[in-house]
Amino acid sequence: MLPPETASAAVNYPAPRPRHLQADAIFKGLTVIGAIIVPVIMAGIVWELLAGSLPALQKFGVRFFFTEAWNPVTQNFGAASSIYGTIVSTAIAMMLAVPMSLVIALFLVELAPPWLSKVVGTMIELLAAIPSIIYGMWGLFIFAPFMSKYVQPFLGDTLGFLPLFQGPPLGIGMLTAGIILAFMILPFITAICRDVFALVPPVMKESGYGIGATTWEVTYKVTIPYGAVGVLGAVFLGLGRALGETMAVTFVIGNTHRISASFFAPGNSIASCLANEFAEATEPTYVSSLIALGLVLFVFTFVVQVVSQMLLRRMYRSWSLKI
Amino acid sequence: MKKLATLFTLLCGLVLLAAPVWAALTINGAGASFPYPAYAKWAHQYHELHKVKINYQSIGSGGGIAQIKAKTVDFGGSDDPLKVEDLDKSGLVQFPTLIGGIVPIINIKGVTSGQLQLTPEVLNDIFLKKITKWNDPAIAKINPNVKLPDQAITIVHRSDGSGTTWIFTNYLSKVSKEWKEKVGNNKSVSWPTGVGAKGNEGVANNVKQVDGAIGYVEYAYAAINKIPFAKLANAAGKYVDPGMESFSAAAAAADWKNAPGFYMVLTNQPGEKSWPIVGATFILVHKDQMDGDKAKTMLKFFDWCFKHGDKVAEELHYVPIPDSVVELIQTAWSKNIRLMERTGYKPLWP
Repeated sequence: MLPPETASAAVNYPAPRPRHLQADAIFKGLTVIGAIIVPVIMAGIVWELLAGSLPALQKFGVRFFFTEAWNPVTQNFGAASSIYGTIVSTAIAMMLAVPMSLVIALFLVELAPPWLSKVVGTMIELLAAIPSIIYGMWGLFIFAPFMSKYVQPFLGDTLGFLPLFQGPPLGIGMLTAGIILAFMILPFITAICRDVFALVPPVMKESGYGIGATTWEVTYKVTIPYGAVGVLGAVFLGLGRALGETMAVTFVIGNTHRISASFFAPGNSIASCLANEFAEATEPTYVSSLIALGLVLFVFTFVVQVVSQMLLRRMYRSWSLKI
Repeated sequence: MKKLATLFTLLCGLVLLAAPVWAALTINGAGASFPYPAYAKWAHQYHELHKVKINYQSIGSGGGIAQIKAKTVDFGGSDDPLKVEDLDKSGLVQFPTLIGGIVPIINIKGVTSGQLQLTPEVLNDIFLKKITKWNDPAIAKINPNVKLPDQAITIVHRSDGSGTTWIFTNYLSKVSKEWKEKVGNNKSVSWPTGVGAKGNEGVANNVKQVDGAIGYVEYAYAAINKIPFAKLANAAGKYVDPGMESFSAAAAAADWKNAPGFYMVLTNQPGEKSWPIVGATFILVHKDQMDGDKAKTMLKFFDWCFKHGDKVAEELHYVPIPDSVVELIQTAWSKNIRLMERTGYKPLWP
């Protein structure tokens, strides 16, 4: 005689779902919806950017990306000065911030007494929390005059033979924007580097000290290679932040649609151009050109992400093979 | 934990219910930074008297026009007057509120307000980058008594879409064919040289900070912040100082009666005492209003500004609109501004 459970199964009635499995189904449904929202939003943004920039790209063609002109009167627009400004200000910021961040992180982890490490660490995290518009205001009212009174004349006198440091010391310009960007991305890179370096197993460092290596040798040969993957990730994070930074740059970059060899000259970045001009652009070509600039920035950031993922994966693989 | 949660929900509920009571009637406007000092003071005084909050954001004339067309604000401010065709297409009514002057401000060590004199040609050449240093012979010739340094001239212009720029480039286009062809007259132009700043405030700030800078701002910004300005030669060839006298002289000959949509440009006006760069600033509102109370309150505010705001305007060096023109403006209100109701249209003024 079949037991009652299998008897009902043999008759094929669908059993009512018990309560706890219902909760599971709802949970799964919600999380799937949440996960789908992200690519949907991404696709929406890409679609809007492409559709919005199409009129300008059709009108100007590929030379849109290489023309310096930006003339709202004749409706002739070119992205070259904005792209150049974004790249140069970000490059200056990275060249200043990355070495400083490494040095600060190493100091906090290796050399500083624990109380100092905690205090400075907290201050760096506070730096990260400052809104970017405050950086912009500080830059415009305090830092730019400082640059124009002391730093730029000094650089002009000592390095003025280079075309990079020629021109009147305005205070505002590419160099100031790059330095302020460096201040803004410094906390992010430093915090991540510090965490990464703190995770180096003490055993490895102690083995190094045990065979007579100096602090510098242990840092250079053990700590940094161990944390290299994390440092690279931090660098790309800072890069992504610097590319898109808007308000701080808008205040101090000078808002001029021109490509100049000199770091002292004003320029503009894609983000600052959009911040200044989007609210008032009424002609369709103007709006479309601005959206095209947005598309360029989006593509840049996307490419940076992809490259960073590839590099990180390769480094991680080679690093884990070494160990 | 449960008690805390219920208490929290109760509090949120109370706050949400009370919110409409707290939100007093607010009228939102945005646009030109040209009249911002006067509008801000008027709004403050009106709030003290009538408890109505007028919120005006100085975002530039371009922004003002865009926002009123998009209906995100109740009124827009612009120094770039819209032509009648544009007004009709967007269903807007335009009227002037103030007349003010734009002055060139400078930052040269040792040169005080009114010491430096500029002719239209020299001003044009400076902005076209043809004159690049302050001790250029062209400037020295018209300023024999001023010690001009061997310093590069830094132009400071507007980075946002600006009615002040519109008036300034309108003047330069009138006095220089080269400017008209090369750069033109618009709220946003391709400047041959210089640094861009946001708003009249930004230009004033940048000129103050950069040695050897020259910029253009509405006179109130130069007077309030005590930034040195330069004298200009007007159409009659005389050097004049900016101020109420020269602005009023320029505005005196304006024929408002025959200006459809109150479209009026006051640059390079004749007269020995006229300041050459003068302009009116305008308010744009929609012809068809949805919210009768809001629209009526807004018109009452502007009526108050016309009737009682003259003193504040003059203190800030603006020329108020003459009473005869105010009558024309209010006739235009009665004719054009109406409330959309189910049964048809109802005029909102008087």
